[in-house]
Amino acid sequence: MKKENSAGGTKYGMVIDLDKCTGCGVCTVACASENNVSVLYDESDKTRNINWLQVYMVTNGKKFPETQIAYIPRPCMQCDNPPCVPVCPATATDRDPNTRIVSQIYTRCIGCRYCMAACPYHARSFNWFDPSFPEGMDRYLSPEVSPRMRGVVEKCTFCHHRFMRAKAKAFSEGRRELEENEYIPACVEGCPVKAITFGDLDNPGHKVSKLIKSPDVFRLLKKLGTEPKVYYSTGKSWIRRMADNSLEGEFKQPNGQKPRE
Amino acid sequence: MFPFCFEWTWTAGRLIFMGLLYMVLGAISLGLLYAFVKTWLKLGKFDKS
Amino acid sequence: MDLALIPNGVRRCSLKTFAPWMLLWLALIAWGLVSALLCLYKGLNQTNMNHYFAFGLWIVFDLSVIALGAGAFFTGFLTHVIGKAFIPSCVEDLKAVINAAVVIGFICYSSAIAMLGVDIGQPIRGWFIFWHANVHSMLTEVSFCITVYLSVLTIEYLPIIFSNRKLKEIPEIDIFGNNLHHIVALFAAAGAFLSFFHQGSLGGMYGVLFGRPFAFREGLFIWPWTFFLFILSAIAAGPSFTMLCIWITQKVTGKELVKRSSFALLAKISGWLLTTYIILKIIDTISWAYGVVPRAGLSFMDFYREPYGLWLFIAEIGIFGIIPAIILITPRFREKDGLLIIGALMNVTGIVLNRFVFTIQTLAIPVMPFDKFMTYFPTWQEWGIAVGALGYGILLFSLSYRYLPLFPQEVELNPIAVSGNTAKDF
Repeated sequence: MKKENSAGGTKYGMVIDLDKCTGCGVCTVACASENNVSVLYDESDKTRNINWLQVYMVTNGKKFPETQIAYIPRPCMQCDNPPCVPVCPATATDRDPNTRIVSQIYTRCIGCRYCMAACPYHARSFNWFDPSFPEGMDRYLSPEVSPRMRGVVEKCTFCHHRFMRAKAKAFSEGRRELEENEYIPACVEGCPVKAITFGDLDNPGHKVSKLIKSPDVFRLLKKLGTEPKVYYSTGKSWIRRMADNSLEGEFKQPNGQKPRE
Repeated sequence: MFPFCFEWTWTAGRLIFMGLLYMVLGAISLGLLYAFVKTWLKLGKFDKS
Repeated sequence: MDLALIPNGVRRCSLKTFAPWMLLWLALIAWGLVSALLCLYKGLNQTNMNHYFAFGLWIVFDLSVIALGAGAFFTGFLTHVIGKAFIPSCVEDLKAVINAAVVIGFICYSSAIAMLGVDIGQPIRGWFIFWHANVHSMLTEVSFCITVYLSVLTIEYLPIIFSNRKLKEIPEIDIFGNNLHHIVALFAAAGAFLSFFHQGSLGGMYGVLFGRPFAFREGLFIWPWTFFLFILSAIAAGPSFTMLCIWITQKVTGKELVKRSSFALLAKISGWLLTTYIILKIIDTISWAYGVVPRAGLSFMDFYREPYGLWLFIAEIGIFGIIPAIILITPRFREKDGLLIIGALMNVTGIVLNRFVFTIQTLAIPVMPFDKFMTYFPTWQEWGIAVGALGYGILLFSLSYRYLPLFPQEVELNPIAVSGNTAKDF
């Protein structure tokens, strides 16, 4: 398929359909088990446990019978203008020019946590503790993902190891291009309702590139100019209102859109 | 950190940042060297006298 | 017992009095060391920092002491770089305090770097900032400059150490110390250059965070306005802090160590710099409140929620900003000892509050509308390291005061009777 990206690379991104998301959390678990995420002695401490894909619950704040809730899974936004990359003093994080994925070098990270201060999405987690896994779980660890040591920052990498695996397979078959569903992160694969679509945002042959053109689609904190590559889709305007801060009377419906409350 | 490091390129940012840094480090080192050398020379005269 | 080490022509208390004084600060250092060892051994879970509060007490402390230690570079700049040419009448007053300022600066920067060594998650990898330097990061700039500046401060401290009575007897040390002192202008200039950039970059660190509308500022080229505001506030607070330390030393030792004209000069410098800073800070706050804030879809009051409420804003700029500025620039107020010290103390407090606000309040405020507003309070281990640094500072300053001629005017202001010994029990 012809690519619009003239640099020859791919612009990997996601669209998460919030109208389909049930908040089941399989994506979070799939991510954690795929990426050897350390298990805290007290996982209920959400300010210190490691969660690459956090699911937020939001509500429209209205009373019964108009109460509505929704779930917003939040992986790393893989911003095209990442606030975290220019601030790292040891160049431990960078936006890959080929895949546009924001990487993290665990063995270079000195743990200054400046990137965590910079990220408005709280996508980055710090290893406040030494890594630990419950009895027997160490036998489930994936050999493709390096576990992280204490004192370094980690975050969602769009399962970059799966990209490497897919690339290796394609190379071995004499191809350089990847098919649409050859490389998908664990969360996308795990979602039971297929709420997450993943692919090359610049490739007109990939479903995501069509989905992001829909008027239902929005991004979190667009006003800050981070250019996140994780899009959300919903027909409900109250959820869209939650995506960004807006002053009184500022929030507008996309043109011609009738709000489905 | 050093221009002789692997894959070093003199980007605009590096030219300014590292350039200024090396200038200041150079100035401080030269000052220290000057003090050392002057001390060494004066001690030499001291010994001779 | 240590008579031989005490400078000529001055009196110092007996070791019987000095020892318990030192033991007290050693106890604080011990607390600090225990805390540091715990944090290094068990990890940063010993603190109350978390994913929301990536920065905590230590970063606030670091930023504060670096701002307060600015007295060293600024006094040095005024004395050695522009003194003779532009302000010759002030040089004598500045020279009376420059040694103390250098020691205070050394203490501030060495404790800041030691604290950073515990703060980062992988201290052994600290050198990566230099080896894999990212020249676009403000933190890289800060790290390079404060490290190099600490070496400059060490070079400026050495002649003071070498002027110790016993050390001066060694010709190599005496001559080397003199030679270093002859070219102090070079080191003062290098120090001023480095300090300008790291004080600024500490402000730049927050100003570039475009993902955090509370901290983000526009600016000039790559430098957000906070870059310049932090430099100004540092040089406003530094001389006040130097003055406070000397005043405390005078109170503890019961001696006059510098002429009042030195205090008046430091207060005047602080006062006018603080006034300039406050005016520019107010302008910056207004332009941020009408620019950055609504562009992010927020309003001014969105950022103020208890315990980091509006009182913090009024305290930082109003109570501990405008009031000390007025006190320090008004000659009538400067002449009163009590007001002078209160003015200096309020000035220093205001700048510490500013560093607190940029660190803690920035991180407390949620950016995503559905995120939480958080609060933070340090653990005893975090306090331990801060308190340990304080103990280290007082210990080192006490040693410097006791054994080194820190105050050139001390002999003149405290004449000893001809028949008296150089050190007596009080």
